[in-house]
Amino acid sequence: MTLRAPLTIEPAPHVHAGTSVAWIMLHVVIALIPACVFAVYLFGLAALLTLLVATLSCLAAERLLQRGSAFTLADGSALVTGLIYGLTLPPALPLWMVAMGGFVAMAIGKTLFGGLGSNAFNPALVGRVFLQAAFPAAMTGAWLTPLAAERFVTLPEATLTGPFLAPASGSYDALTGPTPLGDWKFAGGETSTFDLALGFTSGSLGETSALLLLLGGLYLVWVKAANWRIPAAILLTVAICASLLHGIDPQRYPSASFMLLSGGLMLGAWFMATDPVASPLSAAGCWIYGLVIGLLVVLIRLCSGQPEGVMYAILLGNALSPHIDRWTQPRAYGAAGGGS
Amino acid sequence: MWGRSAFRGGVTPATHKAQTQTQRIRQFPFAPLLEVPLLQHAGRPALPVVREGAAVERGAVLGRADGERSVPVHAPAAGRVQRIALMPSVTGAMVPGIYLEPFPGATQEVASGTACDLATATAEDIINAVQAAGIVGLGGAAFPTHAKLRMPPERRVRLLIINGAECEPWLTTDYRVMLEQPADVVLGVRYLLKATGAEAVVLAVEEDGREAGEAVLAAAPEGMSLKASFLPTRYPQGAEKLLIRALLGVEVPAGGLPIDVGALCINVATAAEIGRLLPFGRGIQERVVTITGPGVLDPGNYRMPIGTPLRFALEQVGTAADVTRVFLGGPMMGQPLASLDVPITKGISGFVAFTSAEYRDAGRVQPCIHCGRCVQACPMTLNPCQLGLLARHGEVETMRRDFHLDACFECGCCAYVCPSHIPLVQEFRAAKAELRRLAAHAVTEEKS
Repeated sequence: MTLRAPLTIEPAPHVHAGTSVAWIMLHVVIALIPACVFAVYLFGLAALLTLLVATLSCLAAERLLQRGSAFTLADGSALVTGLIYGLTLPPALPLWMVAMGGFVAMAIGKTLFGGLGSNAFNPALVGRVFLQAAFPAAMTGAWLTPLAAERFVTLPEATLTGPFLAPASGSYDALTGPTPLGDWKFAGGETSTFDLALGFTSGSLGETSALLLLLGGLYLVWVKAANWRIPAAILLTVAICASLLHGIDPQRYPSASFMLLSGGLMLGAWFMATDPVASPLSAAGCWIYGLVIGLLVVLIRLCSGQPEGVMYAILLGNALSPHIDRWTQPRAYGAAGGGS
Repeated sequence: MWGRSAFRGGVTPATHKAQTQTQRIRQFPFAPLLEVPLLQHAGRPALPVVREGAAVERGAVLGRADGERSVPVHAPAAGRVQRIALMPSVTGAMVPGIYLEPFPGATQEVASGTACDLATATAEDIINAVQAAGIVGLGGAAFPTHAKLRMPPERRVRLLIINGAECEPWLTTDYRVMLEQPADVVLGVRYLLKATGAEAVVLAVEEDGREAGEAVLAAAPEGMSLKASFLPTRYPQGAEKLLIRALLGVEVPAGGLPIDVGALCINVATAAEIGRLLPFGRGIQERVVTITGPGVLDPGNYRMPIGTPLRFALEQVGTAADVTRVFLGGPMMGQPLASLDVPITKGISGFVAFTSAEYRDAGRVQPCIHCGRCVQACPMTLNPCQLGLLARHGEVETMRRDFHLDACFECGCCAYVCPSHIPLVQEFRAAKAELRRLAAHAVTEEKS
């Protein structure tokens, strides 16, 4: 036969590994599902609504703010940001705050920097840090007691309050037991490792279930959707520092297992610090970046007035990341100073 | 003896070699009109020594070498010189060439020249014979082999590397040559050893070509210290600089040549051709080519006359109705073809036809998400992520000065793994072209 059809010309390589940005984001969503389901099981309707509003507000903000005709929702990054952002929130936060923070996450955390691939900081954390600054009382008080009997029937009073009509400041305390980290910091109490690992504690939606987050994180690393060096470096640093300090003064410093399993460390280490855009490129860079975040987590938790420091530690790590990249440029083959 | 440490980075695409690996090398028929370019190598084109209308023997010299960086071109068939004119080449540029009409019914016996006897020839005799045979690197670069062998007197070859690491997916040319012509390979290696005075020789083969490498070892005569090194099957293992890294544990300095670290790499098909031609004083008239891909009905390894038009070749093996892409070489570095009206030359080890089913649905190119996959994949340990960013901002000078753009040999690993489907290699090629333009400009200004 004769060949008549015109040939398509594309530069080599003519084959591709098959991954795409949407593929990576899809795997992150899959890895987050168990933790989301567990959060809803633990805190009921309020958690479901918080996650929904967080995700929808991020998707809506992305759609509203995107430039030109590009349909950027398809890459899945807004969905991932929304889910992670939702998991960082306390369950009884008023929904209007949730929506506002989601909008800030996408507008200031992402679009302002130039959209996908250009954000200097993890957008979900930008949203959360905004809420922390704007509504500190709500962000540190809107906890719910896990497995409350009425959780699938009634909503906390705060959830449906209108914008800027927050309930009287005292009302949060009625709902809640303190989070394990707050309990330890302010009252000297230590929650059992078992409860921490399985997640039957008070806390943010994604703070509670260390085990499910760990499984999700391992899945991400297994499908190579996240760089394993980052969580490894963070968790190792925290574990080693905590063990040392606990060994020196067990009364003053909590054990390594408590430090690893409580608060947002698992969510942060596996899902937020691994945001490729705001983390270093090279293997060496990832180790340094994880080490810095781990040290900051220990420092903030143990030496500051805040019970939890993962959020600030990661944001500071993000800020450092371009500099780490500069320090850890790979040495090119054949360049001076190499070989043997 | 030789370390098995491969190299950092690289990728492992599906090899697709099974389709042609078991196919014996088959002789390809003569096309009604052969297009023999006088420039099939890196260097100056050969100068024609025949007139239009002349009848030539198969194997007769059509063009003589124009100086040291040039090789002669031989007639791939007995026939009549129809025309000497410019003809299209695979790069798109027009090159001088000879249109040769094979005589139908001729015996097509190959003319012999002055034999180069291994026992009596000196190193210089062998190097001259290699040039006279028109031999160039058959792995793809088509650099004149004699120029590689003729090295500065102060340089010594510690290790002669016979490169049988055919790392490009789909291609099985070197594999079949090793399996079917082990004696030619061994004889070629002996010529090369004598020409270079190399201290040692090693045949480098990827793990998936082990039996071919062993066939060559089995053909080596008693007392010949030919060793083989079986390297992990990992693209681009066959790249000269990475082979040297794997076998000698040293890196070729930036801007340097393998001989700077005492290494010399010769493709295994080149060695086979030296062993096949030199004892008879013949020149290259044909080469083994893998024709394969989902768009080819009868994929296989063919001994094709130089100058066979690709269109004729594809019509002979039959193609699927919806061939949309054809590229020379493997899918990682293969040169895409705009037209099939170009001839097979000495440097072409295979071509692959893809149909619309293989159309790489790259989709829209996404922004770089800084994931670092390209940094991990780059076998030259460059930073393709940063290079791409600089390329998109036109910072070509920074790319060269601070990020070693010159070290990139365009293997395609970065673009292969990029989840954002950024055409990184293409951006780097454009940047290199821009740098060449700037350099030329600087020279012109200096002169004026």
